Amino acid sequence: MEAFLNNSGAVIDGFTWTIRLTAVSALFAFLIGIVLTAMRVSPVPLLRGMAAVYVETLRNTPLTLVLLFCGLGLNSALGVSFAETTQWNVYWLAVLGLSAYTACFVSEALRSGINTIPFGQIEAARSLGLTFMQNMRLIVLPQALRSVIGPLGSVLIALTKNTTVASVAALGVQEASREMKLMFDQGVVPVIPTFIGFALGFLALCLPMGYVFGWLSKRLAVVR
Amino acid sequence: MSILRQKEPSRLFDTPGPKAAARQRIYSAFALLLGLAVAAWIYLGFNRTWADVRANPGELVDPSVWAINETGQWSGDKWSPFLDPTLWTGMVLPGMGNTLQAAGISIVLAIVFGLVFGIGRLSDHLWIRLICGAVVEFFRGIPLLMLIFFTLAMPLAANQLLGVPFGTFLVDPLTAVITGLTLYNGSVLAEVFRAGINAVPKGQSEAAYSLGMRKTQVMSLILVPQAVSSMMPAIVAQLVVLLKDSALGYIVAFPELLREFSLIGTRFQNVIPAAIICAAIYIIINISLSRLAIALERRNAQRGKASAKATAAPGGVGASPGGVRGPAADPKD
Repeated sequence: MEAFLNNSGAVIDGFTWTIRLTAVSALFAFLIGIVLTAMRVSPVPLLRGMAAVYVETLRNTPLTLVLLFCGLGLNSALGVSFAETTQWNVYWLAVLGLSAYTACFVSEALRSGINTIPFGQIEAARSLGLTFMQNMRLIVLPQALRSVIGPLGSVLIALTKNTTVASVAALGVQEASREMKLMFDQGVVPVIPTFIGFALGFLALCLPMGYVFGWLSKRLAVVR
Repeated sequence: MSILRQKEPSRLFDTPGPKAAARQRIYSAFALLLGLAVAAWIYLGFNRTWADVRANPGELVDPSVWAINETGQWSGDKWSPFLDPTLWTGMVLPGMGNTLQAAGISIVLAIVFGLVFGIGRLSDHLWIRLICGAVVEFFRGIPLLMLIFFTLAMPLAANQLLGVPFGTFLVDPLTAVITGLTLYNGSVLAEVFRAGINAVPKGQSEAAYSLGMRKTQVMSLILVPQAVSSMMPAIVAQLVVLLKDSALGYIVAFPELLREFSLIGTRFQNVIPAAIICAAIYIIINISLSRLAIALERRNAQRGKASAKATAAPGGVGASPGGVRGPAADPKD
């Protein structure tokens, strides 16, 4: 226990990076996801096609490959760089990869939410003369969002756990799982308590999310 | 171009009239321009000519910027290694074999794990329910990568706890990957199985009990066989998740598909062609599996059965309309 407590600084550091990655990626993934959804249901065939190709490509690619591409392809080959220091540069590259990947799942969830909206509502909105964008903004998306809070919660939890992949070779963000790996590699910490400690850290992040989203989805459910 | 065609008339808009059609053509043009700009940026970037353009945007009209650069990623030299059959037999196929081996063993073990713990959560004994519930929630709630790292650290743990000297046993990456994949996907499948068994009409088990069957008989003869067909789509969908997650083996130096491609990328200095071909292989396998899952789901629907779903299959195939409201599979209820 002593060795573990001596490392508490590293543990807190690791989870700070995990939370930073999760929060910022979640925000971007949500925004990109909404745009993708709007594109996928839009009347313009080309937009539909572009969004469909994007979603099908990214969500069938392993996240490890996506993040590896961000590190080797975008950073090394294309010279994309977001910050002066390596630490923050890899962080933003990881955020880019994570949000690009997670946006696919957000868009799939939202699209399934749109399918739950009764035809009559959308027809009524159209017959009142609402344009496609008005229809989306005022009628469709608010209801679709409320009916997919549960699935979006699952996506957020998955994202939290997926941030561990940002520790891959090409990026190496110092998030929690990497801190744990480093401790194991040094061989000074007791393995099982350390593992349980880190696991509890992740559970402390994910379980409340699950409960909050479960509660929200019931509270905000659209009663039909 | 079937992707551009609408399969069914959309709910969200009418068939465009002449004005709307004209407007849509303008939107399409803008979208096309934007798409082409991004494509051009990527092309030039990997062609290693983007730096020239960024320094002097006037060079965009210079054809030499657009010509395939011999040192860039698009040159023939970078792609020709993939025409060599020995590269495929020597690296790609063994890598794919390892990926499929890890995924195949894991899905079998995960199904067993899922059955045991899924049925355990439906037990009549409170303590079995609690233990199984805790195990399932624990492994579902922590990152797969941590499980893999933990398995790799087992020799160290054995040394610390039992004083087993180092080198007595080693955990190879394949074992670590399979352990991680089994525990995580098994826990997800446990929830799927629980939902599937719950979805069998109550009259079935009541009838079985009234025929004098025991609990074990009811479960093994009546409930599980009927639940299996409703769980097939979810199992196949989970296979997609598992296959993608097996790429985590890259991080612990397990020579699977992604690792082999990264070795190819380093050896021939062709990171981008390697990444593109590697992604294409994963995408083809996964899309075929997803299609299979959808076909199975459709078959169930035709037979009038519901398909079981895990609501929280993280990174999963995504929620389809039926999965949005699946309280039976929702552990939070």
